Amino acid sequence: MIELRGVHKSFGNNAVLRGVDLTIPKGESMVIIGGSGTGKSVTLKCVLGLVKPDAGSVLVDGQDVTTADRDAFLARFGMLFQGAALFDSMTVWQNVAFRLLRGSLKKTKSEARDIAIEKLRRVGLKPDVADLYPAELSGGMQKRVGLARAIAADPEIIFFDEPTTGLDPIMAGVINELIREIVVEMGATAMTITHDMTSVRAIADDVAMLHDGVIKWTGRVDQMDSSGDPYLDQFINGRAEGPIAAVR
Amino acid sequence: MVLGAVAGIGRSTLALVAGLGRGVLFMAQTIAAIFSPPFYFREFASALLTIGYLSLPVVGLTAIFTGAALALQIYAGGSRFQAEAVVPSIVAIGMTRELGPVLGGLMVAARVASSIAAEIGTMKVTEQIDALVTLSTNPMRYLTAPRVLAATLTVPILVAVGDSIGIFGGYLVGTGRLGFNSAAYLKNTVDFLEMWDVTSGLIKGAVFGFLIALVGCYFGMNSGRGAQGVGRATKSAVVAASVLILAANYLLTELFFTG
Ligand SMILES: Nc1ncnc2c1ncn2[C@@H]1O[C@H](COP(=O)(O)OP(=O)(O)OP(=O)(O)O)[C@@H](O)[C@H]1O
Ligand SMILES: [Mg+2]
Repeated sequence: MIELRGVHKSFGNNAVLRGVDLTIPKGESMVIIGGSGTGKSVTLKCVLGLVKPDAGSVLVDGQDVTTADRDAFLARFGMLFQGAALFDSMTVWQNVAFRLLRGSLKKTKSEARDIAIEKLRRVGLKPDVADLYPAELSGGMQKRVGLARAIAADPEIIFFDEPTTGLDPIMAGVINELIREIVVEMGATAMTITHDMTSVRAIADDVAMLHDGVIKWTGRVDQMDSSGDPYLDQFINGRAEGPIAAVR
Repeated sequence: MVLGAVAGIGRSTLALVAGLGRGVLFMAQTIAAIFSPPFYFREFASALLTIGYLSLPVVGLTAIFTGAALALQIYAGGSRFQAEAVVPSIVAIGMTRELGPVLGGLMVAARVASSIAAEIGTMKVTEQIDALVTLSTNPMRYLTAPRVLAATLTVPILVAVGDSIGIFGGYLVGTGRLGFNSAAYLKNTVDFLEMWDVTSGLIKGAVFGFLIALVGCYFGMNSGRGAQGVGRATKSAVVAASVLILAANYLLTELFFTG
């Protein structure tokens, strides 16, 4: 279980998070939606400890992330970055198998490579991309390699920052199904950021909407259409008119 | 007006002190990372190659021209006191104590501090450093420690090679242009050169190597956002590494050769 309590974060004068409260139960899939630049990525980074909140606390299974043993803590996590963040000095399979080639999960090179190729297959990539470098791939392919890397060590908690942006509709469907599978079959806890409403309905158990630095609405995915919340309604129906000013 | 200037001086002094503090903290973290597992041997090996081996040409070229020019100057200076015979020994002492380590260090700084800062800065800007952390890998151990250790160990070797090539440059000019006898030149070089002349230069090289990689990593890790941030980090790394080398050289020379 992941709990955010009153998390605040500012960059200079830019107050991005102004008291985020959110609970993600174990084994559930939470999707965070919200306008561009509202701080969704920053929220994920706060949970991982990559960004230090100015105030508030983040608890994972009741333990504060700032006091936890970092290595043991991070060993349970997988993260897909919005920009994929692949290591450009390594080939695709070495990226995917990064965790399996060193540290406590170290496996032999051929075992690690086999796992990497299997994970690449699950994100719809053929074995022949394994020996290419990230710079030789298209944006959507890089995104999927990032996804394969995030799930390579079968983490308990997985964060996906916009897993389907830049993918064609069919591939987006494949990825949505994969995320659903990871949650249902492996019992992982997932936190996904997306702008794609089809994805939201395919992936989510719970939905939270971030706006103006706070969680404006949260609930089960099937309550989303009948929430009566004007912010959420405007967002999920993609209307230019409403309480959220579209032209800033 | 005056108050504004004073406030300005105060502000930049505070910024300088804060920067120094962060630098010293970064150095302490680096040293801790070098001596605590896990160790990344592949990273270390590739750092040895890029920092050490691939710097040989630039260090060699710098040394040979410096040694040659040094021989000409000492000859010209020595002839004013009818002391042309000192050329071989002064070339050797000048190269090993000062010019080998300092010029070699500056050339390595230009080549290595910049490339380390640009590489790590790009990794920072594209979230690769964050990705490392989420993959349970400490960037200080994985990126900084291997580079700093490799530079500390290889720059002295580069200095030793540079010393020899520089002395050889002096020998070429001495025998080819200044009429020295080849055997006498070599004998003079060897007879007057002391072990400490060489060792002190190598110690300087190790300190410079440490500083070069440390500064490159520091500016890379603290790079601002975007291409502009990486560009600024790279420039600052080269400037800071060069100034630190010259300052450290003065301090080490005080320490080694006075009192
Ligand atoms: N390292 C940083 N330094 C300064 N400002 C930052 C930093 N990271 C994020 N911000 C700012 O925080 C705000 C939220 O950024 P964030 O990346 O979380 O947005 P987002 O909700 O993920 O948007 P998008 O949907 O476009 O990805 C932005 O205004 C951004 O400029
Ligand atoms: Mg984002």
